[in-house]
Amino acid sequence: MRSGLMAGAAAVALLASAYSASAEGGPLKVGVLATLEGTYTVLGEDGVRGLKTALGQAGGKAGGREIELVIQSTDASPDSAVRGARKLVEQDGVEIVVGPLSGSEGIAIRDYCKTQPGVTFINGISGAQETTYVDPCPNMYRFNMDGAQWSAGLGDYIYNEKGYKKIATVGEDYSFVYTQVLGLVTEFCSAGGEVSERFWVPLGTKDFGSIIAALPDDVDAIYLGLGGGDAVNFLNQYQQAGGEANLIGGTIMVDGTVLSSKGSAKEALIGVPSAGPQADTWDDPKWQAYVKAYQDAFPPDQRFPIPSLLGTGYYNATNAMIQCLDKTNGDLSDGQAAFRQCLDTLELDAPNGKITLDSNRQAIGTNFVSEVVELPDGTLATKLVSMKENVNQTLGIDPEAFAKIGLPSRDVPECKTSYN
Amino acid sequence: MRRFASRHPWWSAIIVVVAFILLWMMFAVWPEWLSDLIGSKKLFLNALFNGITLGGLYFLVASGFTLIFGLMRNVNLAHGSLYLLGGYVGYFVASWTGYWLLAFPAAFIVMALLGLLFQYFVFRRMEGEDLRQTLVTIGISIVVADLMLWSFGGDFYNINPPEWLSGPMDTFFITAVKSSGDYVFLRYPMVRVVIFAASVVIGLAMWIALNRTRIGMLIRAGVDDRDMLSATGVRIQLVFLGVFAFGAGLAGAAGVVGGTFQSLAPGEDTRFLLASLVVVIVGGMGSIPGTAIGALLVGVAEQFGSVYFPTYAVVLTFLIMVAVLAFRPQGIMGRS
Repeated sequence: MRSGLMAGAAAVALLASAYSASAEGGPLKVGVLATLEGTYTVLGEDGVRGLKTALGQAGGKAGGREIELVIQSTDASPDSAVRGARKLVEQDGVEIVVGPLSGSEGIAIRDYCKTQPGVTFINGISGAQETTYVDPCPNMYRFNMDGAQWSAGLGDYIYNEKGYKKIATVGEDYSFVYTQVLGLVTEFCSAGGEVSERFWVPLGTKDFGSIIAALPDDVDAIYLGLGGGDAVNFLNQYQQAGGEANLIGGTIMVDGTVLSSKGSAKEALIGVPSAGPQADTWDDPKWQAYVKAYQDAFPPDQRFPIPSLLGTGYYNATNAMIQCLDKTNGDLSDGQAAFRQCLDTLELDAPNGKITLDSNRQAIGTNFVSEVVELPDGTLATKLVSMKENVNQTLGIDPEAFAKIGLPSRDVPECKTSYN
Repeated sequence: MRRFASRHPWWSAIIVVVAFILLWMMFAVWPEWLSDLIGSKKLFLNALFNGITLGGLYFLVASGFTLIFGLMRNVNLAHGSLYLLGGYVGYFVASWTGYWLLAFPAAFIVMALLGLLFQYFVFRRMEGEDLRQTLVTIGISIVVADLMLWSFGGDFYNINPPEWLSGPMDTFFITAVKSSGDYVFLRYPMVRVVIFAASVVIGLAMWIALNRTRIGMLIRAGVDDRDMLSATGVRIQLVFLGVFAFGAGLAGAAGVVGGTFQSLAPGEDTRFLLASLVVVIVGGMGSIPGTAIGALLVGVAEQFGSVYFPTYAVVLTFLIMVAVLAFRPQGIMGRS
């Protein structure tokens, strides 16, 4: 009896999803994956704000169809992302998924994506290299650069301009930070620098007291590849321990999510150089227009002063989706062929520079080297130092030589003066 | 003490030897082979002290938890929510008034009141029904977590300690000897030392209150045999209310501590609930000295793990728990 009931319920659910998927002209269901719990909560919240900013600008419609959002929370772990995506695709019957946010989630979604050829996945902002570099999924698109691309320009800047010859790195122990460090190390070591030690801490570490004690004294600067609550905790305890070394920020270390945390921990970041897909106070009119749209879309106490890069990432992903839906009049028939054709060839005129896709559907875009400054109103933001255009996934290194470096991990890449 | 020594001569000997080695490692100038073997003395001392101070925080959170369990057999799975909410209350009081110390009584009182409400309206109605209490407290913790996310957002909150507490202090532990013969002394975060001292004071006060006062006597009698105690005419419900309020208040004050040297954010509630559970399981349910030992063990294990084998640091805590459950299921100081 009971199993009969279950089977009946399952059948109803299946029918319902099949029905909604085939309803043409009705609202278009779009699933969103964002980290709305765990150590990356604030990051996920701003991602959703970026997405809503883009949707708001389009009037909540694309290709003449109303967009119906189904937002699914994850916690930055790969299995939570897959669980979330399964729920969106198999229960809610969404046709497009925007997300995920975090590096290892992206790799897991790449594998799940291959089992769902009928659904298009547009990556939110996850930045692990492997997601699009190794055996990519044909129906997954990434309009943001990966962590290594986000490091472009930083290694040169700290070696040549800042004069740091020897550094150590501290990072969270997962794919995105490996990728970030890969980008930094290849450039910094090519310039002549030396990386003496690499520390890896579990994602979600709260007490850094002993790691801080283990940091070497004989380096010029320390690179911090931490994000969210981990970053705030590290800075807080670093100040308490009286740390005075020069710091270098990873991309999400100097992001709005950390720069607008409550308390004085963030003040350790003033003057810290970093690199990433945006510079908060860039004076480019398109960037300023986007910042204004974001500020107008939410009341000041429910947003950051300036959108974080996670907001920008989801904004760009959503815009790419909207533009292609508009161009194809919301036509998702024939396995979404027309829509995907459009995404493949789209040149996205994003607020943080033009973005095109390579043959792995991975973004080629502009990277920004910046420094943290205190604005007149007391908030912290990143200020542009230099820009690097057309950064591709192999960082300008010959693809074959780049493949020889190996996939980013705890101790890959080696520190060498040349990778060619 | 003497009874323990005569009953367990081997264990006593081992404890004395370990304590002696630890003391030597803390005060002696390390010979070279030792530094080569396990890294610098600075690293070791930092890991040890961080572990002990972290243990102090765990003790503050878990002692309320174990007190409530010991007396009422009530596994309060909303204990982590009390911790986090107390931290938020402390943050706002500290930033409005500008006095960090005020955050502690404020968080303690607000959480104690909330604890009273919990006990009066919820737990009193389901006395002795373990499963129902467990489910209800899980439910409360989920609701409270979402309410907190709604009102405080997902931002990270740091409670700023006052000027005289921030920054490091010089200690008398020698970490190295320079070639010129000068000693290099360990510098250690002031705020952690103060927090640890505070948790020692609170722990001792609790121990004295439990063992030397009339209220403590009532509580201990209640732990041993609740029904008999109420049969002698004690108004047991009042004792329950008091203990629950005290335990909840401690969790709130611990939230201020946690917000000062770590940070407050959604998810911290479950993290500290899990930590208290592990501490209490290791130390023995319902025992204050056991909780102190458990908290120290877990804190020290976490910190040594994060320095000497970072990848497996998380596992170490659970290994301790597994070992305790395998060889002494009632916990180190627990009564079977």
